[in-house]
Amino acid sequence: MRNILIIATKEVREGMRNRWVLATTLVLAALALTLTFLGSAPTGNVGASRLDVVIVSLSSLTIFLVPLIALLISHDAIVGEIERGTMLLLLGYPIGRGQIVLGKFLGHIAILCFATICGYGAAAIALALMGGATDVQSWLAFVSMTGSSVLLGAVFVAIGYFVSASAGERSTAGGIAIGLWLFFVLIYDMALLGGLVAAQGRSLPDGLLDLLLLANPTDAYRLLNLGSGGAAALSGMGGVAKNSILTGEVLLAALSVWTAAPLALATLLFSRRDI
Amino acid sequence: MPSTVSVKGVSKRYGGKVDALRALSFTLDEGETVALVGHNGAGKTTLIKLLLGLIRPTSGEVRVLGEDPAKGDFAVRRALGYLPESVSFHMALTGRETLSFYARLKRVDIRCADELFERVGLAISAADRPIRTYSKGMRQRLGLAQALLGAPKVLFLDEPTSGLDPALRRNFYSLIDELRSGGTTILLSSHALGELEDRAGRVIIVNRGSQIADGTIDDLRRIASLPSRIRVRPISGETPGLLKEPGVRWTEAGDGSLEAEVAHSERLPLLHRLSNAASGIDTLTMMEPTLDDLYAHFLNSQEAA
Repeated sequence: MRNILIIATKEVREGMRNRWVLATTLVLAALALTLTFLGSAPTGNVGASRLDVVIVSLSSLTIFLVPLIALLISHDAIVGEIERGTMLLLLGYPIGRGQIVLGKFLGHIAILCFATICGYGAAAIALALMGGATDVQSWLAFVSMTGSSVLLGAVFVAIGYFVSASAGERSTAGGIAIGLWLFFVLIYDMALLGGLVAAQGRSLPDGLLDLLLLANPTDAYRLLNLGSGGAAALSGMGGVAKNSILTGEVLLAALSVWTAAPLALATLLFSRRDI
Repeated sequence: MPSTVSVKGVSKRYGGKVDALRALSFTLDEGETVALVGHNGAGKTTLIKLLLGLIRPTSGEVRVLGEDPAKGDFAVRRALGYLPESVSFHMALTGRETLSFYARLKRVDIRCADELFERVGLAISAADRPIRTYSKGMRQRLGLAQALLGAPKVLFLDEPTSGLDPALRRNFYSLIDELRSGGTTILLSSHALGELEDRAGRVIIVNRGSQIADGTIDDLRRIASLPSRIRVRPISGETPGLLKEPGVRWTEAGDGSLEAEVAHSERLPLLHRLSNAASGIDTLTMMEPTLDDLYAHFLNSQEAA
């Protein structure tokens, strides 16, 4: 356990030196604040609270940005260190390979956590100052959105490690990471939508849509944040959520599995790898 | 003396095709400094990785401090020091941060950092700068500092003097002498055969993954029975009659000196005769075969076999 913490601390320190922490925090804060100011302007008397509008726009932003940031941080973690030669030295020390992976994971999650909480926290403070939202339900949804954003980040950090442990070169890992990002964030949903349109309204077999939504962590995240409360009506995800047996717990569990499985695979591959 | 490292019939084959190491066997004792000599790609680094337990042998048995290093016994790892070839660090961190990171992993008190920096000749002012700004020599010194953390019982140094200037090399070898007298086993691989000559008690030569010689430099000289070179400079331009001995072929070696190769067993009698006739001779130099010569000899004899 101590080894894991030592590695995690080093990752965080390195992230601060590399300005990764700063850059991520600033990007998230800037976009969150922009969405807050822009998004809360036109609501007027529509009935949706400002906070709900912000939740919808922020979680759509998260789906694009957080996986990208997570993959950028993580795809290099193992293969990059092997290529630069720092892994060779590290493995000569009394530390297990699993501890290295877990330590890095913890460090990277800490960085993401900090960036997300600061970035979205800034948006929350701005909203509170504007006095737009007092609804407790919506605030809870906001907090859960922030938390699940970190979880979504964890999923893609773990996927990034899996890529990093299996790729032979850094550039390959980078390419695969970009490909995975495109697949999960853009292509999958387009294909899903295309499929639904092609089915021409015929109903899908029971549970198939649920399964397809669980098979993509970004969809699970979307359903989790937009499937209930004020955001549901606003985003149109309420319709999907109503017909789905996927509760918040199931979605959270799916995201956890999406984190644990790639992480376990990455550790396994890394342990077997000749350095 | 108790042995610290033992290698028995170890082979390593990569991907079922490439034989990186073939049937290596040797033991290293406490307080021994052993030079591992061979071309690039001869298997030196592979051997060190096996000893560290980073890779497993295809066959054979490796023991370091009584344990199989591939099992990753932390207690054993704590007693090892390792300097990889062309060592690299995380560029954004400072030297001190890097050293304390490794010290924590080895559970060594970080307060020894300053003393270590001084020992390897890294200025304290440099220790607080990011490694990005370091020269190759400074990185090498930091590498050495991390290898010395926690007073290791066994040290593996892969090309430790590459990138060090001559003064630092001397500094490095006096450090090695100090460690050896403290009982540390040191295995160092190098191309710089000349500087290993007086430093290493023993030499192991590997070529294409096979061990082709193992012994002290004197042992190797005896086995190789390479001729010594003798160089004589007569006082005046004329050649003393004595030098026209049968069985010795003298050749001109510039500046009026004469050189001849003498077999190991012949050299003392010849020296004796020459010194009896010392009147005609200005200087007399005797050159034993260097480690370079021995290395070339063993390589050639293996190629011929």
